[in-house]
Formats: sequence, structure tokens, C-alpha cells
Amino acid sequence: MKIANKKITVYPEKCTACRLCELGCSFKKTGEFNPTASRVRVFIFGEDAFYTPIICTQCDEAWCLKACPSGAISWDYGVRVVKVNPERCVGCLMCTLACPFGTITYFAPEGKAIKCDECDGQPECVLFCPTGALAYEEESTPTRIKRMGTAKKLESSSRGVQP
Amino acid sequence: MKGWIGKLLRVDLTKGEWKVEELDRNLAIKFIGGRGLGSKVLFDEIDPKVDPFSPNNKLIMATGPLTGTSASAAGRYMAITKSPLTGTVASSNSGGHFGAEMKFAGFDMIILEGKAKEPVYLYVEDGKVEFKDAKGIWGKTTHEATDQILSETDMDAQVACIGPAGEKLVRFGCIINDKHRAAGRSGVGAVMGSKNLKAVVVKGSGSVTVADKEAFRKATLDGFQKVKANPVTSQGLPTYGTAVLVNIINASGIFPTRNFQQSVFEGAEKISGETLVDQILVRNRACFACPIGCGRVVKVTNPKHECFSEGPEYESDWSMGACCGVDNLDAISKANYLCDILGFDPISAGVTVACGMELFERGIITMKEVGRSLNFGDADVMVEMVRAIGYREGFGDILAEGSYRLVEKFGHPEYSMSVKKQEFPGYDGRGAQGMWLQYATSNRGACHVRGYMTSPEILGSPVKLDPFETKDKASWVKTFQDLTAVVDSSGICLFNTFAFGGPEILEYLKAAAGIEMTLEELMKTGERIWNLERLFNLKAGLTGKDDKLPERLVKKSVSEGPAKGRVVELDKMLPEYYQLRGWDKEGIPTKERLKELGL
Repeated sequence: MKIANKKITVYPEKCTACRLCELGCSFKKTGEFNPTASRVRVFIFGEDAFYTPIICTQCDEAWCLKACPSGAISWDYGVRVVKVNPERCVGCLMCTLACPFGTITYFAPEGKAIKCDECDGQPECVLFCPTGALAYEEESTPTRIKRMGTAKKLESSSRGVQP
Repeated sequence: MKGWIGKLLRVDLTKGEWKVEELDRNLAIKFIGGRGLGSKVLFDEIDPKVDPFSPNNKLIMATGPLTGTSASAAGRYMAITKSPLTGTVASSNSGGHFGAEMKFAGFDMIILEGKAKEPVYLYVEDGKVEFKDAKGIWGKTTHEATDQILSETDMDAQVACIGPAGEKLVRFGCIINDKHRAAGRSGVGAVMGSKNLKAVVVKGSGSVTVADKEAFRKATLDGFQKVKANPVTSQGLPTYGTAVLVNIINASGIFPTRNFQQSVFEGAEKISGETLVDQILVRNRACFACPIGCGRVVKVTNPKHECFSEGPEYESDWSMGACCGVDNLDAISKANYLCDILGFDPISAGVTVACGMELFERGIITMKEVGRSLNFGDADVMVEMVRAIGYREGFGDILAEGSYRLVEKFGHPEYSMSVKKQEFPGYDGRGAQGMWLQYATSNRGACHVRGYMTSPEILGSPVKLDPFETKDKASWVKTFQDLTAVVDSSGICLFNTFAFGGPEILEYLKAAAGIEMTLEELMKTGERIWNLERLFNLKAGLTGKDDKLPERLVKKSVSEGPAKGRVVELDKMLPEYYQLRGWDKEGIPTKERLKELGL
């Protein structure tokens, strides 16, 4: 069970497909600008006018962790993220097969699995995102905002009805 | 190499061969990249007198040292060639994701030479090149071609291609990447078509590295801060797109209407950025690494003009709107969509259609030539003519030559609103004198993005100048032109310059490429690029006499609005401009100045 904690959250409707998150991430993690090294990736569906970053959600029961045969993947309970230890990773790709979201990937130049570790609490992608499509906040915030929107819809149906 | 990748790709389309060359770092420092370095290669390698459609012309796609980094809006590339519209150097800038991907694929620049025997496209992935058969996509729209190429190659690749207009050598055919971003002006797409080259496709897993990581990260975050602090880049452009300018420019009395016969458009509100947001905006879309996001995704549901597209931005909104007397935003959006899928420049297209409308209303051309009536304000005929240009059908075949050749054909040169045969963008300089000087002296013919004087003269950035005043404008224009040459060469978007200028760009360049340079030297670099382009044009046969404006705008004053009674006072500004540039009275750079610039 997660306790209340800050997480990287995603607001797809705010994404403009600029991919600055990919640049911020790859630069911080590798010292180079290279989207294929980025732990966050932006997907652009032009014909649907839909763009969104996709990033690891740090599963409580992480598929990648369970699939890893070399003990390279573990839960870091301090910052509450699932981490890959590159020293132990053998590049077998089992984690990439196990993850249902495709958010842990194999980075060929290093021969290792890579995934988001939320930069130990200071996520660079969030800092680089110009529109707030990525945020670092309480994990319940997006659902609370959505639920508030749902609640707001009741306003019109209740209008004019005095208790 | 830091900043730059350090590799150039040279492709001989005639022989079907390619090779990789090393980038000369000293040359790169001298011309930065993009527009500057591309122009240098063009200047050194082709005869400026060459027929633009000859296999001896070259087409260069060039990124800058900042392209592909996190510098603000650093996804730009330039297409450089000799223009079939103007006969000058053409260098057209484009955003989207193509430029950055070109660097990830391993190249700063792609030099395209010769002419393929049959339609081909190039697939460039991680330093390797494949020539691919394009016979199946020749004739297809840019969107159809892009989809098919992506299905044949890799879904993550980026495609820069031409449409039917480029294939049919429409003189202002453009190169389209990301389906809606364009290296738009001066006919760079027509040159690509003349080489039987349908597309250049790039895909890469490589990196762009920088010299000083800490300094670059700081410069990046500083850049974001400045973009956020500036009202144009943080509010105006993201909220309303570039068409935020429609109401502003119209209210300033410099919104050219009906082929520059008026300067205030009564229908401006109906085609404004505000109305666009209200009626057809779906969402914003940004180019690579851009914190501004001026792109508009729009959906028109009106069955007559139905389209799902990006844009129109200010220029296309104006050229196919006010300039044609059209106040129908649905029709303008459709015409803009046609420009994207058929692949040509909406500015030249709109102004050329407007020119045709004036010829028609004056009885110089009739139903006989056009095949139907061609009146200002007729939205349907505007859309029809735009489509006809793309396919060179009927009267569109004549319009596809541009307004200069159109009026020449019918013996009335006074009605082409162009400089050096390239059509004006949407600012009437009679009410903004600096912009006028910039149009007259721009190295690729009439153009607003060679030195955007609207910024100080109308928008008040970085300081507010009196738009009617001619004093000091020569100096402002020179500074803006030189700075813009730097911006276009570095790989970032010109729109950044609302928020920051030379010092910030210098910080980016120093940190990225590890070059040591003062601000003065950076501006000198811009001046060097400007003079190089000038030299190309002079060698191509142009002279100082080509730095002129259409007579109507010099002799006839503005008839209404805030600029009423104004004419262009070019004669007051041009001699001073030549002097500041270190050019003689004929507009030829002096030996001393060229030596000083290292040319």
C-alpha cells in the first residue's frame, strides 16, 4: 500500500507534444540529449489531436521486479519508486516483457534496462515541462480533480432546487 | 564534437551515391550552422548564376548546434538552395521534429546534389542511407506520402517531403515535415521536385552532446523563465497563436487588404486569432523543445470547407483572408490545409491570388483567361484557385508562377506586391517604416522573418519605436537582420526573440559548442552571414536596384486608418542603411568591410 506521497502525475490534455520532458530526462540521466535514453516518452497521435507523455507509475506490485531474475530491480521505500540497479542488471529484457505498460525499456548503448526513478524526488521532466502536463504532487491529485469535475456536473441538475 | 554532430551527409542523386564528410569546426564557428553554414556551402559549391531547376543547383538541409537540445524551441532546420521564385539565395526555416531527428540520425547537414532518374526518397537512419523507390507516392499529397513512408520504414521516423506542388515546380512549392510544418518560402520544395526527390526521412538513436552540461542546463532554465515572463511568448502566442496579431495589426492600420489597396480590413475580427480559438480550435501543438506552443490544431465542420488541420497562422490567415478580401475563417482554414497537403507557401499563394483578383477587377484579365469570375471577397474562388495552384490546373498554372510573373505576362508590373519577385507578408510598411526597409533589403525578397521590425514598431519589444519615423530605423534593421541570421543559424526559433536576445543565445552557444566569443563577435557573425547572402545575390546578377518596393507603395499614400496619408520613405533610409552595412552607393559590400568580416 502506498502512503500519501508525491508522485509524477500526468495530465494528457495539457501536453503540446514538445518533448522537453524527454530532453530533460535524457540529459539528466546520461548527460546527453537523446530521446531513446529518456525514461519518459511522448506519444503523438496527430490524426486524433492527442499527445501524452507515458511514464512508469511505480506499481505497488511491480511486474518488472517480479520478473527480474538477477535481483536488479527493487522497491526503494525511501523515495517510493521501483529502481533498476545497473550493476546487477544483465540486460535480459525479462522486465520489459513483464511490464504491461512498456515503461521499462532496454537501452542498447548501455545494455541495461532503464526506467523512471523520479530523480529521487526532483524529477527533471516535471521541471522541463512548460505546460503542466507533468506534475509532481500527491498521487491522488489528478483523481481528485477529475472527481471534482464530476461533482461540478451535478450543479446544473441541482440548480433551482432549494433545500 | 559538442553542439554540432560533426558530420555532413552528401548525396549524389544522379549517381545514387552518398558519403559522409567531417564538419570543419573552424568553418562551423565562423558560420554557426543552419542558415549561415548552409549558405556558405551553397556559395562555395554552386555557380550563383545556375538555373534553380538545373541538376547543378543543390538543396541543403541544415541544422544548428542547438538543434536537438533543450534550448528553447531548438528543433529548427533550414532548407537552403537557389530560389526558383527570386533567383536569390533561398533559406527557409522549419520546426516540428524533423531537424532534431536529423541530428539524432547522425548529421548536422544533408547536401542534396544532382537529379535522380526516377522519383526516389531517402531513408537516413543512424548514419546510413538507403535510396527508396518513390514512384508509388509521386503525385500523392504530403499527408498520404508521409503515412505511406512511415508504414514502409519506421513509425518513429520523421518525414520531410513535397506534395504535388513541389513535383510540378510551383515556384513557391515548399517542403513539409510533420505534415503541417513547412520550410515554406521561396520555392525550396520546387527545387526538391526538380531533383525527383519526394522525401528525406530521418530516424536516429544518437545523441546531441554539449560542452558544459551545468552551464547548458542553467541556460535552458533561464530561457524557459524568460519565455514565461514575456507576455507575447507566455500568453499571446500560446493562447491565440500567431493570429493574435490580426486585430493588433489591423488596429495599427497596416493590415494589407485587397492586394494592398487598403490597409484596414473591415472583416478582421472574423478572421482573428480570438475568433479562431472561439470557433475551430481543437488544441495547441508545439514544435520540438518549444515551451511556447503557437501551433493550432483546428477542425472545420462546415461541410463546404470541412478539414482537420493545423493553422492557419497569422500570415496564411492574412494572405488568403484580408489580402483576398475574404473574411471567412472556414474557407481560409481549408485553403491553408490545401497548402499543407499540396505543399506550397500560403503567403505567395494568397498574395498571387489577390493579385489575380485585382487584375480581374481592373479588366486586365477576364473570364476568358480565368474560366470564371475572380473577385475580391469571394471565398469559394479563393479556395478553388489555391487548389488549382497546387495541381497547376487551369488558371492555377499561371498563378503557380507567382505574382511577378503573372503581372509580367499581362503587362502590368505595378500590381505585383513583391520585392525581388517574392510576395510581401502581412504588414503594410507605409505605417511601419522599418519593416519596409527590411522588406527592401531582405536577401530572399520580401520577408518579415529576416528582421521582424513589427516587434519594436508595433508590439513595443524590446522598446517601442514610432512606426512612422524613419530616423535610426536603418540601424535597427541592421541589428535585427544580423541577430536573426544568428538565430536561424543556431537552430532555435525566432519567436524566442520576443523574450530574449543576443546575450542569451550566446550563453546557449558557448555552453553547447564550447566556443569562446563575445556578443560583439556573435553579432559580427550574423553580419558575416548577411553579407555572404548578399554576395551570392550579387553574383547571381542582382544589384542594388533590386532593393526597391512596388511603385504603388512608394507613390500612393495609405487611404484610411491610423497610417492615412503615409507613403514609404525608403529614400530616407536606404542610403543610411548601405552606409551602416559598409556597402557603397550601389549596395555592393566594400572590400574593407568584407575583409573585416573575414569574407
